[in-house]
Amino acid sequence: MTRLLQLRAMWRSSRPAILLFPLLSGCNGPQSALQPAGIEAERVAALFWWMTGGGILIWLVVMGLFIYATHIRRHKEHSVRRTRWLILGGGIIFPTVVLAALLVYGLILMAQLRDFSGTTLKIAVSGEQWWWRVRYAREDGSMVELANEIRLPVGERVAFELSSPDVIHAFWIPSLGGKVDMIPGRTTQMILEPTKPGTYLGACAEYCGSAHALMKFDVVVMEKAAFAEWLERQAAPAKPPQDATAQQGLQAFLANGCGACHSVRGTEARGQVGPDLTHAGSRLSLGAGTLPTNAETFSRWIGHTDQLKPDVRMPAFGMLPADQLAAMARYLSELE
Amino acid sequence: MTKPHEHDDRAPAARWHSLWLLTVGPTIWALHFLIAYCTAAVWCAKVVGRDGSLDGLRSIIGILTLVALAGIVLTGWFGYRQHSFGDDSSTHSEASSGDRHRFLGFSTLLLCGLSFVATAYVALSVVFIGTCQ
Ligand code: HEC
Ligand SMILES: [Cu+2]
Repeated sequence: MTRLLQLRAMWRSSRPAILLFPLLSGCNGPQSALQPAGIEAERVAALFWWMTGGGILIWLVVMGLFIYATHIRRHKEHSVRRTRWLILGGGIIFPTVVLAALLVYGLILMAQLRDFSGTTLKIAVSGEQWWWRVRYAREDGSMVELANEIRLPVGERVAFELSSPDVIHAFWIPSLGGKVDMIPGRTTQMILEPTKPGTYLGACAEYCGSAHALMKFDVVVMEKAAFAEWLERQAAPAKPPQDATAQQGLQAFLANGCGACHSVRGTEARGQVGPDLTHAGSRLSLGAGTLPTNAETFSRWIGHTDQLKPDVRMPAFGMLPADQLAAMARYLSELE
Repeated sequence: MTKPHEHDDRAPAARWHSLWLLTVGPTIWALHFLIAYCTAAVWCAKVVGRDGSLDGLRSIIGILTLVALAGIVLTGWFGYRQHSFGDDSSTHSEASSGDRHRFLGFSTLLLCGLSFVATAYVALSVVFIGTCQ
């Protein structure tokens, strides 16, 4: 009975949304430019709605005139002078003025979106086939490197420096702002100012090879204090293994050469080729949004890398004994 | 059968068949775009740097734009004169050389209108964007 009441209340409060559901369900969720959670995304969404509204208006006027001419005034003669003005006004002056207004709107918007003053935090993101290297600049000048996850303090203007060592990628968090290309040999910039705490999704928005669709990242917008605490934790070295299995996992990690590509700060692993794994267990996803993070998925990733992600730049280690895989997975999943 | 136009008895001058005037407006538009784009690129890459201001560039592009618009207006005026060839009631849709001449003039005028608006739109970008960012 209470459930029924709940359902009725839900229906009442969201009737329009439910009626539009089949149309709009694709526009909700953590990766939607139509549900802005940042100032830049709000501006882009406003532009979208103005354009949509303008398009609908023009369609209505054109269809209205069409019906007027073919049905309502079908048998009456049209004055040549008036039709000439209609063509001149509706076909030349009106579109020129409207396009000029939209252009000016767009240009002003662009200037606002590219204003890099007043930022308080700087994050360098490098798009690499097919994951994201993320570096936070801390106040004391040190750098904190992590991967495939970006956390932001709510209400602060954050500057992103975007680059790529291989091919062109594009950095896009639809809920927070527009997208910007990452171009080899160049640094591009963007600003984001999140306004709503929450978890969002980012993606690569420029086709970059076979695993392009598996090149995603999680974005968490947090309260300022929680963010500072999180960054502090990410800056710390890795937690030492907590028990014998994890200890065996660290040994296997070092013995099998994982450290040639990966860093686990606080151990001998200092590789720079792949993602920094110092706090891999604390991340929301594994393999750039491919899997969730737990001991089981770590083990699958290490053993079947190439099956989970086509052409991945990490060899699969399925030939290792199962207990070693499990121990490594255990160790990595506990790196919080 | 179309009735031969009254002006057809006049010997059509060679330039009546020329399409060149038609291309002048859009060519000025394209050149204006190209020069403005390259100047801005060099300005931002070599002169003021990526955080630099567009102030000095604005006057350069302003002058370039005025020259381009003047060229387009002049061409449009030539087109208009060509369109007005003959008396008031002259058509431009019959199959005669006089009509073709007028038709090409009218098309020149319209293309110049388009090029004028487009060139002005290109110039608007440096009015509203202040820096190389
Ligand atoms: C040749 C270099 C290389 C070696 C050796 C290597 N990896 Fe990787 N690893 C990578 C690359 C590159 C990625 C990123 C793949 C992607 O997501 O596209 C990666 C990703 C990972 C990830 C996912 C990280 C994340 O943040 O999602 C884990 C976990 C991982 N490797 C563990 C290991 C382990 C354990 C070993 C040793 C058994 C190992 N790797 C050996 C290059 C390597
Ligand atoms: Cu991509």
